[in-house]
Amino acid sequence: MSIPRPSPTLLAFATAAIAGLSVAMIFFVAPVDSDQGLSQKIFYVHVPIALTAYAGFGLGAWKALRLLMTRDERYDLESYTAVHQGTIFGVLTLVTGAIWAKASWGVWWTWSSNQLVLFLVLFLFYCAYFMLRFSIEPGARRERISAVYALFGVALIPVSFLAIRLASDFIHPTVFTREGPQMTGEMFASFCVSWLAITLVGYVMYRAELAGKRTDANLRELREALAR
Amino acid sequence: MNGYLADVAALARKDLQLELRARDTLPAMLLFVLATLVVFHFALPASAGDEPAYGLLWVALVFTALLGLSRAWAPETAAGALDGLVLAPADRSAIWLGKTIATLAFLAAAEIVALPAFALLFAPLDGAALAGVALASLGLCAVGTLVSAMAAAARGREVILPLLFLPLAIPLVVGGVGAGISEEPGRFLAFLGLYDAVFAILSWAAFEYVVTE
Repeated sequence: MSIPRPSPTLLAFATAAIAGLSVAMIFFVAPVDSDQGLSQKIFYVHVPIALTAYAGFGLGAWKALRLLMTRDERYDLESYTAVHQGTIFGVLTLVTGAIWAKASWGVWWTWSSNQLVLFLVLFLFYCAYFMLRFSIEPGARRERISAVYALFGVALIPVSFLAIRLASDFIHPTVFTREGPQMTGEMFASFCVSWLAITLVGYVMYRAELAGKRTDANLRELREALAR
Repeated sequence: MNGYLADVAALARKDLQLELRARDTLPAMLLFVLATLVVFHFALPASAGDEPAYGLLWVALVFTALLGLSRAWAPETAAGALDGLVLAPADRSAIWLGKTIATLAFLAAAEIVALPAFALLFAPLDGAALAGVALASLGLCAVGTLVSAMAAAARGREVILPLLFLPLAIPLVVGGVGAGISEEPGRFLAFLGLYDAVFAILSWAAFEYVVTE
């Protein structure tokens, strides 16, 4: 990588500032939704979290592909960390989605919300990723198998989405739509700032976890070298 | 290419011969699917009608496939034969294709018993439903053979395999159930074909990385 990376501290402070700005914009710039009222504000958090989860899964699959192509083992840790962050944001998507469903439809869970069902399937899929990873001895075999499984994930996302769309035809003939009135300019601006903030939060967490995991691995190598 | 197909045929024939001699898997699958159908008769309320039965048929088929898949790599891992196969001068994806064909043969044999039994005990099956079963079986075996090779490398493989397999099988269940009960089954059959194509190519290409060190 030839692009210089900002220092982690600077990045963390910038992220905190943008996150603060996004909270301020959500409450003071974006108008209150005429149909759903105050509860619509969760839209500015829920949707960016979901997009960040997809970004995590996508990054994990990209690093997995790089691992299989180059056989460079550092991509293994990067892929694992990205999938881990994706799963954390996926759980948050389920939680915020459930809260929004309760606020606007009066139920904690609805099978007619295709996005939520998709995240439930992905949650199950990626939980199995961790089960698989931690039951194989560390080494080249584990790196390859984890990478192949992470690649299957990005193929499963569109296929599952299509399946859930098809299933909603015979399970629930009527479909809720979340499309309220068209977003105003202020709403869209708040959404974009919030999206940027949450993506940055995800990225900072990814970098922090990666730094911790790398230190851990280096420490283990040192210990093993000393024990010999 | 002829050499490749000959390798695949030899590997599939080896699995079928092993099964003919030892009878480890197929009798268990047959008995399991029949026992499951009987359990479902008692699980469904008498007033439920036909539609829930079509859904339960898919639960029976997916778990029967799972039973077959959990034993799919047992002959290879037991005596370290997989290492020999990987070292053999053949394309590694031929190992996956041969195993997929053998697993599909077992599942098809179980379905030849299970589907008439279902039609007799529960509800009739039309041509679209049968086409759905055929297409979904292909997908179940293609993906299942790959994830069971992954699980075979893990500790506690019997526990891991269903966790890996079921999320991947959900779209197949959607397609299969839809083909059975929908008024216009064409879309569901097309979806099953798409799934089979995407995941068969992916599994075929990825298998080498799963078995090599």
